[in-house]
Amino acid sequence: MYSCSMDIDKEVRPADGRGGAEGAPPARSESPIEFRLDAGSGVPTYLQVVHQVEHALRLGYLKPGDQLPKVRDVVSSLAINPNTVLKAYKELETKGLALGRPGQGTFVQATLSQVTLPELATLRRSLLAWLGTADAAGLDEDGIVALFTSALRDFFERRGGQPGGRGTAGSQSEGVA
Amino acid sequence: MNVIETKGLSKRYRSTWALRDFTMAIPAGHVAALVGPNGAGKTTLLNLVVGLAAPSVGTVTVLGGEPAGSPAALDDIAFVAQDAPLYKNLPVADMLRLTSYLNRRFDDGYARERLSELGIPLKRKAGKLSGGQQAQLALTLALARRPRLLVLDEPLANLDPLARHDFMATVLAAAAETGEGEVGGMSVVLSSHVLAELERVADYLILVSGGQVQVVGEVDGLLARHRVLTGPAGAADRIARRLPVVYVRRAGAQAHLLVRTSGPDEPVPPGWEAHPVSLEELVLSYLREPGAAALPGPARTQKAEPMEVTR
Repeated sequence: MYSCSMDIDKEVRPADGRGGAEGAPPARSESPIEFRLDAGSGVPTYLQVVHQVEHALRLGYLKPGDQLPKVRDVVSSLAINPNTVLKAYKELETKGLALGRPGQGTFVQATLSQVTLPELATLRRSLLAWLGTADAAGLDEDGIVALFTSALRDFFERRGGQPGGRGTAGSQSEGVA
Repeated sequence: MNVIETKGLSKRYRSTWALRDFTMAIPAGHVAALVGPNGAGKTTLLNLVVGLAAPSVGTVTVLGGEPAGSPAALDDIAFVAQDAPLYKNLPVADMLRLTSYLNRRFDDGYARERLSELGIPLKRKAGKLSGGQQAQLALTLALARRPRLLVLDEPLANLDPLARHDFMATVLAAAAETGEGEVGGMSVVLSSHVLAELERVADYLILVSGGQVQVVGEVDGLLARHRVLTGPAGAADRIARRLPVVYVRRAGAQAHLLVRTSGPDEPVPPGWEAHPVSLEELVLSYLREPGAAALPGPARTQKAEPMEVTR
């Protein structure tokens, strides 16, 4: 065992070691979003990152021109391989959703939100009305999901997979994160 | 460029061969994990790579052909041996000074900034730091040498989960540091028992058993070229005769076969289901089946080689 003399225990700096003399807090990522990982999901890490960007685009957390988290920041907050983040960003570039600017970072290029907020609200209202009818007819939640899913599949199969309205760059992407 | 290349590398300690005819290459720009059971030869291999031991037979070169242990190689390699080797009685500041005197290149500014970010006091003796802080100090000293290859022997073994996370975050951030969109300034080779964390951390795998290479390759490629088939136990033998099977788990009615595949488009035998395999499952299956091997063809220098089956 070591015995520690008094002056060694007394530190010049505060215990957190961050000093505070520099003034400004350490610069965090300028991106509006941060990634998280679900280790148990079985989804490859790079796809989780891709899905989370797409999800953020659909919900409006990310807009064109916004910066995605810097590779170094993602790597040090999640302790994942830098090549994984690069692979995800490359995939987003291939989908036309993001663009890398050398020396600066990767930026959002396109949006995935296809309709305006008031339109969404109207659609949601008519869906709720339909749900009320289904409930009154005696369908439980699982029954409604099954019916909706099969109708959805039929609808898109009959249309041959073509987006009907104003599709955007990401309409072929693989579902919600 | 290969950061490590071995040809017929063998090392004998008295009458025991710790490594036998070990031939493989690790291309630059990866975080490579060296995995294998205790006594497989991982530490021996790393000691040969950093020049702490000399081969009995064969050769090992680093960083595009420099002989391991040569002055040119040593300048660009940093090595952290097991259990954070530090002079426990030296204060942190003296460890910094000592390391800077003993090396041609040492980024003192980086080391001090890093230690301050970690809240490691410069006056404290190294031996008085927590386990996690000692590991971070040893890592900081290694990184401040600005190596092109960082070699870590069981760096996570004695760390708690939070310290493991922070340690790997430091390593990976340093590997990513060369700039946005371009990785490859520093390659990393680490040996580890912590399989669960490997999938996130490593993109290159070297599986060692009994002193020989069992599996080597890019993780993505290895996972894409393996899958698990689940189906009736009675038909398992028939499938195993037709397909390259690595490992079989069999119950009364059902069997799981880890098989090599040419890709996701390869047809699944009727009555069987195909599932993708995780890195942990892949590693465990090979470890349980030391006779199976997945090695690239004779040209060991390039990635994305088709896999050759030896069984």
